[in-house]
Amino acid sequence: MENAWLIPLFPLVSFVILLLIGKQLKERSAYVGILATFVSLVFSIVVLFQRFFEPTYSAKFNWLTIGDLHITAGFEVNQLNALMLFIVSLVSFLVHTYSKGYMHGDERFSVFYVYLGLFTFAMLGLVISPNLLQTYIFWELVGLGSFLLIGFYFYKEEAKAAAKKAFIMTRIGDVGLFIGMILLFWQTKSFEYSEIFKAVNAGQVSGTMITLTAILIFVGAVGKSGQFPLHSWLPDAMEGPTPVSALIHAATMVAAGVYLVAALFPLFLASKTALLTIAIIGAFTAIFAASIGLVQTDIKRVLAYSTVSQLGYMMFALGSAGYVAGVFHLMTHAFFKALLFLAAGSVIHAVGGNQDIEKMGGLWKKLKLTGPLFLIGTLAISGVPLLSGFFSKDEILAAAWEGGHPILFLLALIAAFFTAFYMFRLFFLVFTGEFRGKDEKHVHESPGSMTFPMIVLGVLAIVGGYVNTPWFGSYLGDWLVQGNAKLGSGHAEGPVWIQLAATLFSLGGSFFAWLIYGKRSVSRDWLSGKGGILHTILLNKYYIDEFYQMTIVAISKGISYLFRFIDVFLVEGLVKLVTSIIQGLGKLGAKLQSGQVQTYGAVAFLGLAVLVVIFALTGGYLR
Amino acid sequence: MSSVPASAFLALALILFCIGLYGALTKRNTVIVLISIELMLNAVNINLVTFSKYGLNPSITGQVFTLFAMAVGAAEAAVGLAILMSVYRNKKTVHIDEMDEMKN
Repeated sequence: MENAWLIPLFPLVSFVILLLIGKQLKERSAYVGILATFVSLVFSIVVLFQRFFEPTYSAKFNWLTIGDLHITAGFEVNQLNALMLFIVSLVSFLVHTYSKGYMHGDERFSVFYVYLGLFTFAMLGLVISPNLLQTYIFWELVGLGSFLLIGFYFYKEEAKAAAKKAFIMTRIGDVGLFIGMILLFWQTKSFEYSEIFKAVNAGQVSGTMITLTAILIFVGAVGKSGQFPLHSWLPDAMEGPTPVSALIHAATMVAAGVYLVAALFPLFLASKTALLTIAIIGAFTAIFAASIGLVQTDIKRVLAYSTVSQLGYMMFALGSAGYVAGVFHLMTHAFFKALLFLAAGSVIHAVGGNQDIEKMGGLWKKLKLTGPLFLIGTLAISGVPLLSGFFSKDEILAAAWEGGHPILFLLALIAAFFTAFYMFRLFFLVFTGEFRGKDEKHVHESPGSMTFPMIVLGVLAIVGGYVNTPWFGSYLGDWLVQGNAKLGSGHAEGPVWIQLAATLFSLGGSFFAWLIYGKRSVSRDWLSGKGGILHTILLNKYYIDEFYQMTIVAISKGISYLFRFIDVFLVEGLVKLVTSIIQGLGKLGAKLQSGQVQTYGAVAFLGLAVLVVIFALTGGYLR
Repeated sequence: MSSVPASAFLALALILFCIGLYGALTKRNTVIVLISIELMLNAVNINLVTFSKYGLNPSITGQVFTLFAMAVGAAEAAVGLAILMSVYRNKKTVHIDEMDEMKN
């Protein structure tokens, strides 16, 4: 565990190597990236296993000393960090492998791996940071990686706009995080998590301040994790290449917000208001995004809204004091959502770049591997019993029940129904029925480098949940809260009917989707047809983007016009005045330089004469 | 000789200097300007010799110094004329008001 700090360095090395000689390596760059992340993965697994038997290890050194203040840097391997290291390096490794097939033939192949290396380094660095400042640095670095990768196809206008949108919207959240961080530093004189918790537990920080800082930090998480009202960048981020969507916008970076809340959980626990805020925002986001996902027709956008919704679930769990539930769902979600994205990428690859599910269909027979794997992902995310999603969702609902928010609990239950519905809608539209696109002969299964990661994730999506079940024991939960009783119990005890209700709702959603899209015995326009009010509202994502456009964007545009006016007429006018005065003086001076030696001589003589006169009058002394 | 007072020499020097200054500042022909400058130089030399004779500490130093100054002045006049020659070859003029390359 002492060497855990090496883990983020391997992708960094890959980043540097590819940056320098990627152009020469061309498609062989993939091997460098894959190798680096593989070594990281091996290290992470070793660290994870060591952490099972050994206590938390942390190391730090003085980074900056200002007067009495010591700002440190270092790393820490606690349960959460070890788990995150494993998840991030695993998904990263798989995505590196997958990209080899997916990005094949791209002109900027090596650049893609450069960005991936940078991102992986930043993300791994983020999850082993022992203090807020270091976290913040890596937090911004992952934002940069995300920006670069979303804008990878920068020649497409949408990709450019999406990259900018993602960067700016997450920045809005980051400002909150930054203010919260500085306030905490001001109150506790330290950036370190352990010091902050100590100060909070000792009552050195006032209740209001705790609530304020907790909510500000949560604002950062809202931006990064795509929670309402800063969610709209995440679906647009799907303009990036699909492996990127799987890595950054499903499994790792967007989970960083959840991770941050989990890492600072003792702080949040100290404030009931902050917890309630998180729970409300999380539950609302879960149902809000899920309802949009019901009608979207772009395969990746459906998954993106699903991601937003599931992240809302995690936040909801954390807000209901369900630490274990939130982290557990973070883990299982990373597996099955990465799987779904990779499978979606495989589908897109197969049909030649088309992402519209209305133009797919009947792919089950063609894609012998992708089809079943996509089904596994769908079952897992829908919460069908015996797969990983079932256990984590169950844990969340139990935690919510325990947390005592009956209305939010109901919202989460309905969101589960929606989730099952839109996922199966996606599945039936893509894989069953007749092929609705053109060029059916071209459809082909993806190469081995793409199917292998999907198989690994498929297995994990099935068995990943068994580390924490109500039937075989909650190993993960007990381990996560070990030595830190404040985080809550390792397992949330809910009444049995919760499990039944969750199963019922998810199966109900799946069945309903089957009726409409599989068996087609219920019309698709059953509730609200194309062009109907409900359908239109959902298709336009509740007009949130338009709303932002009309309010925030318009206001800031107005302000910027005002400032532009001031700048052009006031500031620039003043500057012009100054320059013209100086220029006039200069011209005058230039006129004096007539080139006539005799004029110069006359002036010099006159000056001398004046001096002599002054000298004579004052007697050499100026008084 | 000694009946001539120092003020007479100084007056002569002053007149010579003024004539030189006037010539240097007003004449168009560069040769005349150069001659006028020589005139000013020699006015100063007269002053030096005068003070070496009638000054507070009369000594021969002033006269020796004047000889040096005359030698240097001759060399300087030669250089000045040489420059003037090459200017004339380039510009086909010796009028000082037309030599305004350093204007503005």
